[in-house]
This record gives sequence, C-alpha cells and structure tokens, in this order.
Amino acid sequence: MAVSKLQRAQTRLAYLLVLPATLLILAIYIVPIIFVFLGSLTDYTLVSDHYAFVGFENYQKMFEDEAFSNALNNTFFYALLFLPGAFIISLVIAIAIQEQKQFRSVLEVLYFLPVTSTLAAMALVWSALMDSGQGVINNTLQTIGLARVNWFGNEDIVLVSLAIISLWSVIGFNMVLFLAGLTAIPKNLYEAAAIDGADHPLDKFFRVTWPMLGPTAMFVAVTSSITAFKLFDTVAILTQGGPDRASEVFLYLAFLEGFEYFNMGYSAALSLFFLGIIFLFALVQALFSDRNVQY
Amino acid sequence: MADISSPPAVPTWFDRIKPKSVGRFVTTVLLFLGAWIMVFPFIWMISSSLKPTDEVYDADFSLIPRTFKGFENYYAVIFDQPYLIFLMNSMIVCTGILVIQLLTAIPAAYALAKLKFRGSTILFGTVIAAITIPINVTSIPLYIGLVRVGLLDTYFAMMFPFIVSVFAIFLFRQFFRSFPDSIIRAARVDGFSEIEIILRLILPAAVPAIAAFSVFSFVAHWNDLYWPLIVVQSQDKMTATLSMMQYQSMFDTDYGRTYASATVVTAPMVIAFLFARRLFIRGITMTGVKG
Repeated sequence: MAVSKLQRAQTRLAYLLVLPATLLILAIYIVPIIFVFLGSLTDYTLVSDHYAFVGFENYQKMFEDEAFSNALNNTFFYALLFLPGAFIISLVIAIAIQEQKQFRSVLEVLYFLPVTSTLAAMALVWSALMDSGQGVINNTLQTIGLARVNWFGNEDIVLVSLAIISLWSVIGFNMVLFLAGLTAIPKNLYEAAAIDGADHPLDKFFRVTWPMLGPTAMFVAVTSSITAFKLFDTVAILTQGGPDRASEVFLYLAFLEGFEYFNMGYSAALSLFFLGIIFLFALVQALFSDRNVQY
Repeated sequence: MADISSPPAVPTWFDRIKPKSVGRFVTTVLLFLGAWIMVFPFIWMISSSLKPTDEVYDADFSLIPRTFKGFENYYAVIFDQPYLIFLMNSMIVCTGILVIQLLTAIPAAYALAKLKFRGSTILFGTVIAAITIPINVTSIPLYIGLVRVGLLDTYFAMMFPFIVSVFAIFLFRQFFRSFPDSIIRAARVDGFSEIEIILRLILPAAVPAIAAFSVFSFVAHWNDLYWPLIVVQSQDKMTATLSMMQYQSMFDTDYGRTYASATVVTAPMVIAFLFARRLFIRGITMTGVKG
C-alpha cells in the first residue's frame, strides 16, 4: 500500500516536472509546425486578412519558380566549395596540432577564436579585408604578382568569398571535434600498426586513424552539411543575395519571401522543404553513425 | 679494410638534426602561419578601430595607427551611440533565455531520466524529433502569433522561441541517467523529497553538463542574427549583433568607429572564451551542435 502511494505521488510529481517543458514544446514546436504545414496550403499573406486554400499550388510553384532553382543551385555550389575545406582542412590541422607538445593549447585557442566571435561583426571585417579597391587581401595579391579579385561584385566569385569566410569561422569548431575523436584513439593501436610495418605517417593514417575516426568524421560531415545549408548571416550583412541574385541562398530566399515580401504561404512551403533536407541529413547520420559513441 | 683508412665518422651538427624533428619544426611553423590567418581579422579589426577613417583603407597598411583615434572612436561608440543599450539588450535576452531554459529543462530531464510515468516515451520521442527543427522553419507562425498578440519588438518576443531547449532536455537526461539509482533510493529512504534529491544530489553532480550547456546557449544567442532581425523593430530593443546590420551598406560611415563598434560587439564572447577556454571547448565537444 505504502509503495503504491509513493508510486502515485512520484507519478504526480513527474507530470508536474515535465509540465512546463511540455507546454512550451507544444507552443514552440508542435503547433507552429502544424501551422507551417497548413499555411503552406494557403495563399496567406500578412498584409491581407483574406486567404484561400490553394492545395499544393505553393509546392508546384516552388518547382517552377526560377528563384527557387537559383537559390538551390547557389546553395549546392556553395556547399561544394565549403564542405571539402571544412572537413579536410580541419582534420589536417587537428592531426598536426595533436602531435604538438608545447604549443598545443596556444594553437587550439588561436584556431578556435573565430568560432566564438560574432560572425555578423566579423563579416564587416572580412568585407574590408576583401574590399576590391584597398582591401588587404587584394593588396597582398598584387604585391606577390597576382591579379586583384572583385570578391563581392563578381557573380562567379561571390559564393567563393562567402565560403572562405564560412571556412574561417567553422574550421576551429570542426578541429575541436576531430581532436576529441583523435584523443580517444588508443595509443597501443599505433604501436601495433608500427609492429606490422605501418611506419609512414600516411600508413598510420589510413590503417589506424581514419577507421577509428569514422563516427567523428560522420558527425562532422553531417553537422557541416547542415551548417552549409543554413548560410544566412554573411549573406544578410554583406551581399543581400547580390550581385544579381548570385548569392541568394536557400535560407535567405525563404527569409525574403516570408519577411520582406510577406508571401507567408509560399515561404511556409520553402520552410518545409528546408526541414525535409535537414531530416535527410539527420537520417543519414542516424543510419551510418555508431549510436554508442559519446562526444 | 677500408675502416682503417677512413676516420670514424664524427657526428656533425647536421647529423644530429633528425629528419623527424625537421618535419615537426616545419609543421609547427605552418600551424602558426595558419593561426596568423585565423587571428588576423581580429588584429585588423582592433587596429582599425584605433584609426581615423582615412587611415583604415590606406594603401600602405600598418598595424599601429599613425594617428591614434582609439579614444574618440570607442568613446563615440559607447557614449554617443546606443551601444550600451544594445549590449544590455543582448545580455538581458541571453540571460533570460538561459535561465528559463535551465528551469524548464532540468526538472523535465530528471523526470525523463529517473521517474516512471505514462507518456514518457512519447515525450522523449518528441524531444528528439524537435531537436532537428531549426528556428528558420517555425519562424513564420511564431512571428504571426507574436504579431497577433501585439508582442512584436519586446524582450518576450526575442526570447520566446528559445525558452525551452529540447537539446538541453536531451543532454541533461543522458547525464542524469548515469546517476546511480541506489543513491536516489537511499536518499528517499532517508526522507529526501524528490525536489530535495534534484537540488541536493543531482544538480551538484550535473554541474559540468549545465556549465557546458550554458556556455553553448549564451554564445549561440549572443551571436544570433536571424531571429532578432525578424522581431526587433526599434532601436530600444536592438541587440548588439543585430546592430551590425546598420553597416549593411557601408556608405558614408566613419570606418574607425564602425570597427570600434564591431570590436565592442564581438569582444564579450571572445573575452569570455579566453577566460573559460576549457569550458568552451568542453561545451562544444559535449554538445557538438552549433547555432
């Protein structure tokens, strides 16, 4: 009797403890997601109270909309530039730093510094460094005999410029994740590999480091892909999608449609498409990564 | 018998340098070169924040300003421009978000980790699913809702989407689960109430996880541009990060002062990082999520 009384009191307490979080999850996640879906079936705009259900017209429009395919192309092209660097450079730096003895923590701090900085503020600095006229980068290029680059004014280059800034801001983050993965590899595996004749650093890398780093590598790849798809801050501050929509990436287009043009219905459809992509990445991670790995 | 004629090899300084240590030296130099690139934007920013406008884009760039305008630039940013208000707004919003996140997540995580109740599986499943939903997806209904209730451009609007962190619930639940049940049972026998168990046993043990999450949350919301851009309309509510949008089109601005304000905006998080390095790095590796 006493036990069940205690049990009941505990259950009541449990409900009390989860109540605030549950209500907020409903209000902040569940209800809005339902409304995004319903909204994506209407032609709702904030400026007028009249709206009608239009079925899947917004989705149809999406695939005919030139702005949509343009934004998708831009985002993929940007990701293609960003992802290899975000992965390989971070990994190389992590391996190099791990072998350092006295300078390890200094280097860790220096490489990590951009991660904590405010990207919106640092974007202004990068725009000055990349200034086509008197920027430090172009002046340096000229000094060593290379051509000056129109970093933000050239349609073919603007995504490269944004990718460089993103790389700068994310390398320290991925490096720290890789370092955590590298530190977890048991030393005796390297000794065993050395006995087997794996002396060359590349041998060690492919026989021990890379297989052992699998889950970390997967995690970095997935989070970096999501980061790539979420590119927004530098576009909003530096290019506003320009020149001539060459840097109008997906999230920025969804933002424009929703909060500049107030095409809420269409923007809702774009948001759900965006969520679909994020789910896809999450699914890939869940399928391929080892669930037991803790970071 | 060649050994006899040739003298024994005297090790020269050259032989003493092993190829391995040469390689290591080159790696170290390259790493510091890379680090210089990472840090250079900060150095350039601080240097420019101390210069008069015409010197910022001077063709022969020097790190040390020829005319020192640092005092004027920073004075203007902090006292003539409303940067104190912007910084305070950021502080209020980030602190408010964090406090409510902890107040809602810790009890829920404890219940999910240690108490039995119907619906716990559904709740936990919802938490996991919600982790993947970024603010960019729910922003439209949240915005419309805030417009309808007339709360746009308030601290409430700026904090609301973030006051429950499904990620914190998940993280703390994992952490609490590893707390030994035997100790909790013993405490119950000793007459501890569940609230006392949370406050006096679980919380002290969970300090590392809570600290790591706090750092992560504070940095993420300090640096957030997206949501403030949507709900903030007036200068009174502008956050430090959002204020950078004013320089979107850089025409007709005082450049020295611009970079003084950029320094002021990014300094709090960078300084906090330099002081609490371990905590920041643990926050990243433990949470592994950014923004």
